[in-house]
Amino acid sequence: MQLTVWTYEGPPHVGAMRIAASMKGVHFVLHAPQGDTYADLLFTMIERRDTRPPVTYTTFQARDLGSDTAEIFKTACREAVERFKPDAVLVGASCTAELIQDNPAGLAAALNLDIPVVPLELPSYQKKENWGAAETFYRLVRAFAPSPAGVVTPRSPGKTCNILGPAALGFRHRDDIVEVTKLVEGLGVAINVVAPLGATVADLARLPQADFNIVLYPEIAGTAADWLKRSHGQPFVAIQPIGALATDAFVDAVAKAAGIAPEAIPTSRSRLPWYSRSVDSTYLTGKRVFIFGDATHAVAAAHIAAKELGFTICGLGTYSREFAREVRAAAAEYGVDPLISDDHLVVEDAITAAQPELVLGTQMERHVAKRLRLPCAVISAPVHVQDFPARYSPQMGQEGANVIFDSWVHPLMMGLEEHLLHMFRDDFEFNDTMQPSHLTQSASPARDESDPAAESPQIEIPETFAWADEAEKELRKIPFFVRGKARRNTEKFATEKGLRIITVEALYDAKAHFSR
Amino acid sequence: MNAPFNPHAPVIARAASERGPANPLRQRGQHEVFCGLTSIIWLHRKMQDAFFLIVGSRTCAHLMQSAAGVMIFAEPRFATAVIDERDLAGMADVHDELDKVVARLLARRPEIRMLVLVGSCPSEVIKLDLAKAAERQGQLHGPAVRFLHYSGSGIETTFTQGEDNFLTSLVKELPAEPVGARQSLIVAGAMADVVEDQFRRIFDALGMGHVSFLPPRNSTALPHVGPNTRLLLAQPFLGETTKALDARGAKHLLAPFPLGEEGTTAWLKAAADAFGVDPGRFAAITGPGRARARTAVERYRPALQDKRVFFFPDSQLEPSLARFLHRETGMDIVEIGTPFLHRHHLAGEFELLPEHVFVSEGQDVDKQLDRCRTARPDLVVCGMGLANPLEAEGITTKWSIELVFTPIQGYEQAGDLAELFVRPFARRDRLKGIA
Ligand code: SF4
Repeated sequence: MQLTVWTYEGPPHVGAMRIAASMKGVHFVLHAPQGDTYADLLFTMIERRDTRPPVTYTTFQARDLGSDTAEIFKTACREAVERFKPDAVLVGASCTAELIQDNPAGLAAALNLDIPVVPLELPSYQKKENWGAAETFYRLVRAFAPSPAGVVTPRSPGKTCNILGPAALGFRHRDDIVEVTKLVEGLGVAINVVAPLGATVADLARLPQADFNIVLYPEIAGTAADWLKRSHGQPFVAIQPIGALATDAFVDAVAKAAGIAPEAIPTSRSRLPWYSRSVDSTYLTGKRVFIFGDATHAVAAAHIAAKELGFTICGLGTYSREFAREVRAAAAEYGVDPLISDDHLVVEDAITAAQPELVLGTQMERHVAKRLRLPCAVISAPVHVQDFPARYSPQMGQEGANVIFDSWVHPLMMGLEEHLLHMFRDDFEFNDTMQPSHLTQSASPARDESDPAAESPQIEIPETFAWADEAEKELRKIPFFVRGKARRNTEKFATEKGLRIITVEALYDAKAHFSR
Repeated sequence: MNAPFNPHAPVIARAASERGPANPLRQRGQHEVFCGLTSIIWLHRKMQDAFFLIVGSRTCAHLMQSAAGVMIFAEPRFATAVIDERDLAGMADVHDELDKVVARLLARRPEIRMLVLVGSCPSEVIKLDLAKAAERQGQLHGPAVRFLHYSGSGIETTFTQGEDNFLTSLVKELPAEPVGARQSLIVAGAMADVVEDQFRRIFDALGMGHVSFLPPRNSTALPHVGPNTRLLLAQPFLGETTKALDARGAKHLLAPFPLGEEGTTAWLKAAADAFGVDPGRFAAITGPGRARARTAVERYRPALQDKRVFFFPDSQLEPSLARFLHRETGMDIVEIGTPFLHRHHLAGEFELLPEHVFVSEGQDVDKQLDRCRTARPDLVVCGMGLANPLEAEGITTKWSIELVFTPIQGYEQAGDLAELFVRPFARRDRLKGIA
């Protein structure tokens, strides 16, 4: 039993819904109580979808238990097929239905429907949303592109690919797919099928016609791509083109898979490398950044942060336990302890302890950063209505790298501005509530309109010591945007050293101690 | 000339004409409503020292996050103890696990004075005894922290029924009225603080003596109850709470609900009459509020008059809202869909509505959508899962959830309530160039 306020992932049946909602002509009949219909609003409100997701919930009630919940399932399934006339139907159970063990697969089979039925096993008490999405996509691929008889022979390079992974409620998948299409077609490689987003089951049946697969989101398409490799001999490219370097690596890998000579690869780059090298970006050097998200986006963010922006990584983690290995490897590369956890309270503690200057995380970390008054950019699902911006805003490819540069750097103080603030810090016009000019909306720092401060217990080190007047004065001379950190560091130092009075010397000892 | 004989037409016409509260349409199909857990979203804001701990699944936690996520940014006073495989397989003792979760929670939130264990579908299906759990926790952490329990599960409750069950559990905690107590009033059903304060001023001006609100803002301010207690319902979904208060001697004052000028007046009057308030005084005290409410609503009447409104089931407020819109703004009611019809409590509302108004109880959402599309109403009041799809079909909608989160009761809010229904039209009108 785990205490949870916010969750990074929904239950596995929500993952299955995301696949159904991504595709055309697939309907999902979910054995579930009425309250589970809340999941519709993920699509209609967060994604602003203009149709209901293709899901029928049986909505059984307590009084049906033990008598006719199975009958309710059969009626709902039959009527859904009659009404929506899908090409295929998925059947599964939510957490509650799993406990009553009605066996949707068997019940659906007994209906003798004239369309394919793909049964799903979604263990709600073990697995989560991304697993559910991956499993559902895999089940569908397997059902409609069955393994051919005989031995699987590896394929030779060729110029047709499938793009696997983009899905409903994915973080910027809508725009990534446009950017990736540009990259792939720019190489002269044809796209056979994009799935699950926008695909029909007939498209899934055509998957084996491609020479290789591109896995954009391993969390969703990893299982299916592995299976296509084993059963159809289709190799896959598993580099996600997030960031300038990864985009280059992705293009090289696709070219190799397609048998295109390196000389024939067109060169064009994002603005990120130059923007990052230009002198105004000097102030980004060594900024401490804490990164948390799904594995794909967290690892990609770490590489960009370290190698393309010159940040220092002070924390790296993921809630995707299935991909812990990849995150551990990246954490080792950057010399931090990997944080593998789906407990947002643990993540909050880790952020507090790491004292970052920038947080790259999910909406959950955005709230934590707000409480700690840290700048933050969102890099990963779980998604929020803000993660579906009206503008074109990919994370992948060249434009993705541009978007990333802007969205990570804008929350920070601009370079020149930081110096000016430092120079004029004693001017009467400057005070602690001053904010950088481009961040006007947060003029009163971190006080969210809807965030009654009383509700957010501030994480503070208990005061077992006092600040000497001189030290307090010295502290005021430090620019306000690093003062909080200086105070925390000094107090932490004082606690460790058992100091009762913090003097000016202690302040500078602490500074020396923490400077790296 | 006679119309061609159609054996079906008269039957359909008759069935429809005989609709009304006594003969609601009941269809069994997919419900598209929240479960009772969702009431926690306003209950935890209302009671400042209470914490709601759902004992449920990842789905329950995800529901709370999805339904509340857009509204709550701070650390809320609710959480979910997520049951996992180990608990189900018997590898871990569920009660021990719950002890650990509660201990962790109380350590983190020492200000909590009342911890409410909320049952869910999974906890009900595995027959987890939350009464026993609450009692045990009480032994471990009481009396500093009070422990309550109720079910908000989706197999037993929809949306606002969660509040009904919570208040029912709270009734058990109410102290008994002192012997020989003077007549007192309990107003049951959560309302915004600002609305409560307005009503309190009116009750004071009427000289009604001891009036308290349930739930109170603080768990230490529980009203007493007994044979001299009168009960006035501020919300129409409190069937179980009413029964529980009745069992403790309180007498229910039947009235329409305090929406709009007419509803508010009738509601206040029911209380005033029970407390023997002089009619002249009642008229004098309520007069200014009534006038303000009428003026405020009148302003919106031209935008709503003769427009046709269709309600999908959501909060059980639908009949009261329909009555307000029909009587005070001149809207036509196409269908009142409601998850559960409390005929007795709503009798006062239906008296003010056309006799054969189309009422449906429960839901088959697909069939209801068919009816809605056929009827082409001017406005549909529905939940968040349906609103955007209907808008995309060209149908103007009002999210029902706003009606439970916005202060709408009482004289001073009557205009705001009307405005909530005007806004979708006004918005459409402003945006007609991009339709
Ligand atoms: S319907 Fe049941 S399982 Fe679903 S969220 Fe509500 S209580 Fe939890």
